[in-house]
Amino acid sequence: MAEYKNYILVCGGTGCRASRSSELVEELNKQLKIYQLENDAKVLTTGCFGFCEKGPNVKIIPDNTFYTRVKPEDAEEIVKEHILKGRKVQRLLYLDPDTNKHISDDKHMEFYKKQVRIALRNCGFIDPENIKESIERDGYAALGKVLTELTPEQTIDIILKSGLRGRGGAGFPTGKKWAIASKSVAKPKYVICNADEGDPGAFMDRSILEGDPHSVLEAMAICGYCIGAEHGLIYVRAEYPLAIHRLQVAIKQAREYGLLGNDIMGSGFNFDVELRYGAGAFVCGEETALIHSMEGKRGEPTLKPPFPAVHGYLGQPSNVNNVETFANVPIIILKGADWFSSIGTATSKGTKVFALAGKINNVGLIEVPMGTTLREVIFDIGGGMKNGKKFKAVQTGGPSGGCLTEKHLDVPIDYDNLKAAGSIMGSGGMIVMDEDNCMVAVAKFYLEFIVGESCGKCSPCRIGNMRMLEILTKICDGKGTMDDLYELRDLAHVIKDTALCGLGQTSPNPVLSTLDNFWDEYVAHVRDHKCPAGVCKNLMEYHIDPAICVGCGACQRNCPADAISGEKRAPHTIDQSKCIKCGTCREKCKFGAISIQ
Amino acid sequence: MNKIKSLDDLRKMKQNMAGDLSIREKSTNPEKMIQIRVAMATCGIAAGARGVMNAFVEKIEKDKIPAIVTQTGCMGFCYAEPTVEVRIPGKDPVVFGHVDAAKVEEIVDKYIVKGELIDGILPVSFQTIEEHENK
Repeated sequence: MAEYKNYILVCGGTGCRASRSSELVEELNKQLKIYQLENDAKVLTTGCFGFCEKGPNVKIIPDNTFYTRVKPEDAEEIVKEHILKGRKVQRLLYLDPDTNKHISDDKHMEFYKKQVRIALRNCGFIDPENIKESIERDGYAALGKVLTELTPEQTIDIILKSGLRGRGGAGFPTGKKWAIASKSVAKPKYVICNADEGDPGAFMDRSILEGDPHSVLEAMAICGYCIGAEHGLIYVRAEYPLAIHRLQVAIKQAREYGLLGNDIMGSGFNFDVELRYGAGAFVCGEETALIHSMEGKRGEPTLKPPFPAVHGYLGQPSNVNNVETFANVPIIILKGADWFSSIGTATSKGTKVFALAGKINNVGLIEVPMGTTLREVIFDIGGGMKNGKKFKAVQTGGPSGGCLTEKHLDVPIDYDNLKAAGSIMGSGGMIVMDEDNCMVAVAKFYLEFIVGESCGKCSPCRIGNMRMLEILTKICDGKGTMDDLYELRDLAHVIKDTALCGLGQTSPNPVLSTLDNFWDEYVAHVRDHKCPAGVCKNLMEYHIDPAICVGCGACQRNCPADAISGEKRAPHTIDQSKCIKCGTCREKCKFGAISIQ
Repeated sequence: MNKIKSLDDLRKMKQNMAGDLSIREKSTNPEKMIQIRVAMATCGIAAGARGVMNAFVEKIEKDKIPAIVTQTGCMGFCYAEPTVEVRIPGKDPVVFGHVDAAKVEEIVDKYIVKGELIDGILPVSFQTIEEHENK
């Protein structure tokens, strides 16, 4: 049994530690000793509570009291009042801004828990390789309900009313997509799951497939029932070996239990799922290119219409949905359209999973209701910026998305708001950047990715993006002109308007959004030949400050280009014509004499 | 293996699994079983979750702890991988972050055996569907 009556949990997240939570721990321990309570209560450091804005956070268990903004000076009062006398310290409790009342229990704190797990409901909860655990958590219950109690039309109606929109990025209403596919008369039809997650830094779909493959299989069967398809195909990238393995296990188990195959649950409905492996081409996330790749052809998009709902896999009607979209379906069937549409904003319902990455403390997989702001995601759930640096931008939507800045932080996240702000929802990659990131270099990075991934079928994308990359390279090398900036913008608009598929039409987004939001930074590269963030190598020079340099020779010995010279115990100098800007000298200098200019 | 032939079959099967079938198979009194769940998605494995899982298996075997070790998917705390959830019957599940071989010893010796909480707990930062509904 527990030896301690109370535990004092102190947040050890980076945000709280910056506001002296480690000092608080020491002080609490000291006070416990003074009041001779060290055998009754124990102080523990925990991970981030996700309420960094009001940190340092302290939680007392077993009574679940949540204190905010606790300073080391408050330690005595907590120990004396709460631990010794069992009275809550009112002034440290969280003050609800709506009711202006103190709230003691974190379960009642409306926005302490900003995440709601719907698509990830089983992820990290069940053993993905054991179908029984899935069934215990209502796996396949929605399929059973649909097959025995609902008609395909009624089911499509539920999805339509729920307001679920495609989670792959474009946000097309899922119910509408199903309704269109159900009206196609040709047979056979196909249900296709798009698991070709290609955005750099995004791993939402992978995590769902690895953590809860049965929800996806179940939803595909439901979709099959709705549109009249008996075949399901999952297009998953070969770089996801664990996801593939878990899917294979899940499909095998579902077949053994009769949840895939012929006459599912005595309904007469047949459905089975097979896997197709993609070789990791970004363009194959586009549904027509994906279908061609599955047919064994080159992964190139074709013009829509005809849409896959009419002319898809092997020329037959097909319905393509993303992994996360499917993961939402069973729970909508079970809980109802009203429940789902009660979450989110007017035009975007439910939640969205984001892969939070970049210069942020709590990188991870998060799921928030639509309408949550970027500020809440980055500073509360994400725990704020790493190393106390300043927030500069957040890139959403991958190479098709854009960079949003501080002025967008309070925009509620949904499909339409992000689009209006110059980015897109995308599949859910979210890369946070700080003051050390050069936005021109970021735009160049995404364009390099696009140029490598463009299939080359249409000239705006194949040639236009290459020209844009050349201009950006010129700017990063310090050889750009102001005309280049205007040309960049013109070119971007032309590509956007004329490219064949979604990849090309959205590829200028990183350039356009950085041009809009970071014009000054572009100008600095062109006019002043300076990279304000100190990233573009050809625009910076390393200099040794003769006043600080002691002439130890460490830089000289480590310079791979022999660019540093100088007498012993006399200030050294860097030959700029030889310097390759590797930064080794700056790392090796113990005196901080070398700076970037 | 019995196939599920109707919705009723499925419901029956769900009911039979009050608790957890994988545990039932391994134990005669599952309500006393302690569950240790290691997050084994690609991110967790890359951070060393396999080693952690093996360490747990060896440790509970050595100390004869009535617990089972299973895998699960990504819990979302990528910054603190490897992560492990320990469920002791009658208590709220607790998630530990940055688990390594030394932490495995500490989790078993202190938390599981003595019921004493230790450093490195990750507070649950999300609501489940049920919690969201009951709000």
